[in-house]
Amino acid sequence: MDFFYFLAAFLIIRRLNKSLKFSILYPKWRTMLSTATWMIIVGYFAAFALEDIYQDLVGSAILFGLVYYGAKEQDFAAQRSYLVNNIPLAIAGVINFLFGLLFAGFYDKYEQYFGWGTLIAFAWIFGKWATSKKQEEELRISTERRAELESLVQERTIELQKQKDELQETLQELKTTQAQLIQSEKMASLGELTAGIAHEIQNPLNFVNNFSEVTAELIEEMEEELNKGDKEEAIAIAADIKQNLEKIMHHGKRADGIVKGMLQHSRASSNIKEPTDINKLADEYLRLAYHGLRAKDKSFNAELITHFTEGLPQANLVPQDVGRVLLNLFNNAFYAVKEKQKSADTEFKPAVEVTTLAKGKSLEIIVKDNGTGIPDDIKEKILQPFFTTKPTGEGTGLGLSLSYDIVVKAHSGKIDVKSKPGEGSEFKISLPI
Amino acid sequence: MKILVVDDEADVQPLFLQRFRREIREHEFEFDFALSGEDALNYLHDKHSEVVLILSDINMPGMSGLELLSRIRHEYDEPPPMVMMITAYGDEENHRQAMERGANDFLTKPLDFSLLKEKLKTLSI
Ligand SMILES: Nc1ncnc2c1ncn2[C@@H]1O[C@H](COP(=O)(O)OP(=O)(O)OP(=O)(O)O)[C@@H](O)[C@H]1O
Ligand SMILES: [Mg+2]
Repeated sequence: MDFFYFLAAFLIIRRLNKSLKFSILYPKWRTMLSTATWMIIVGYFAAFALEDIYQDLVGSAILFGLVYYGAKEQDFAAQRSYLVNNIPLAIAGVINFLFGLLFAGFYDKYEQYFGWGTLIAFAWIFGKWATSKKQEEELRISTERRAELESLVQERTIELQKQKDELQETLQELKTTQAQLIQSEKMASLGELTAGIAHEIQNPLNFVNNFSEVTAELIEEMEEELNKGDKEEAIAIAADIKQNLEKIMHHGKRADGIVKGMLQHSRASSNIKEPTDINKLADEYLRLAYHGLRAKDKSFNAELITHFTEGLPQANLVPQDVGRVLLNLFNNAFYAVKEKQKSADTEFKPAVEVTTLAKGKSLEIIVKDNGTGIPDDIKEKILQPFFTTKPTGEGTGLGLSLSYDIVVKAHSGKIDVKSKPGEGSEFKISLPI
Repeated sequence: MKILVVDDEADVQPLFLQRFRREIREHEFEFDFALSGEDALNYLHDKHSEVVLILSDINMPGMSGLELLSRIRHEYDEPPPMVMMITAYGDEENHRQAMERGANDFLTKPLDFSLLKEKLKTLSI
């Protein structure tokens, strides 16, 4: 049976040879491997000279040697499992030899079974090899699959990252657009204001003109009186002149304040809170809103009722921002009464009422109108950006949502809405003092 | 001749009084003032027979000058008082409407007092 050991050894060399054939290690091992082949062949024939059981011993010794040597060698690492498959055969050889030597009778009697054992051990090499090859294949497939999955995951991750970046960009764009929108909303409301502003400035300027003219006249008169010697009358005229100069100053300042207010409104908010007289602020914007509307619609008229509580503490706020809130509330109120007027009978008197008062640690500004009111089903939506019931092109629907941001987010205040459909609405702003 | 001036701006009062200082002293004209259309109607309710001329601003909160004009034309026709409307510069629409409602004359802001004086002189003759 020694043939199998030599065959196995021969096949080991062939395997090693084959496994190295295309690697850079081949030159290093080539001669060694062919020498080994020849030695095995020579060994096989030389072993014929020996007794049967010694043939077994030599064969398995060669096999052991090869396995031991090959398994240790790093260059053959890939073949290690194949090499190890040969161990049972080598062991079978040793068993054959030992039994042949020590229990020759027994061995001879059952030699056939020993032969089977050797054959099985030989077959084991290839059976095991085939299954391990299959396992290797499976492993290879699963590694490949894993690699595939990994690259897929990688791909997806990159895609997601890209999407995230794109979204981030879009978000940034949205933010910029929003800022622009806010600015253009401001500008649009400024546009609406210009007519009101023109009216508001025109009046004080008229006074400045008229009072200076009349004062020039008065001075002439005073001269005349002095020439006549009517000192008393001259003094009376001087008092008028003094009063007129004060009026000129007053109206000059009034125009100045309006222009400043307008500039402040159009400027990007400074976000600087300063102590502000809410009565003045409310009054200023009420007039602007009213005259702005009247400039567009001459036939419109409304009663403006103000209940300004005197002596209120100043509120710390960003005047142009809260001004915008008020402007929007007034505009909404005027719009609502105007709408109501369209359908109401002639008895209907549009009225917009502004009240300021202090309550606890807050100041309240209440804007009340007797307009259309807000239907219950939209009451919850009116603070949402872009919600509007105005016809397209007339309103952005940003008014209240910006107001909300300004009052609640920037000033830690509150906006309360009360409304009876068909009867009117009331918007209450509370600002901490 | 009594003139009622209707304007929501209180400062028109000293302006008129000073501009017509002489005329007032010589009792050519007498001025009264109302700060709103409603005020003016109340005033007229008592004294419409004394008032010869009403000078009214158009752009006032509450009752506008145009509405006042309509009410005057509606309520007082014996004798019909003269009504002069004061319009903002270049306000064609109001001008047209005031005309339709029976305004006798117009003045534009800023008031040209010499022009007004001339107009008043032709009236008082
Ligand atoms: N005083 C009010 N009376 C009745 N409805 C109101 C009043 N205020 C707001 N609303 C309702 O809330 C909606 C949203 O108001 P918001 O100020 O946010 O936008 P908008 O006024 O429609 O548009 P914009 O302010 O841009 O002109 C209005 O379209 C209207 O339906
Ligand atoms: Mg609005």
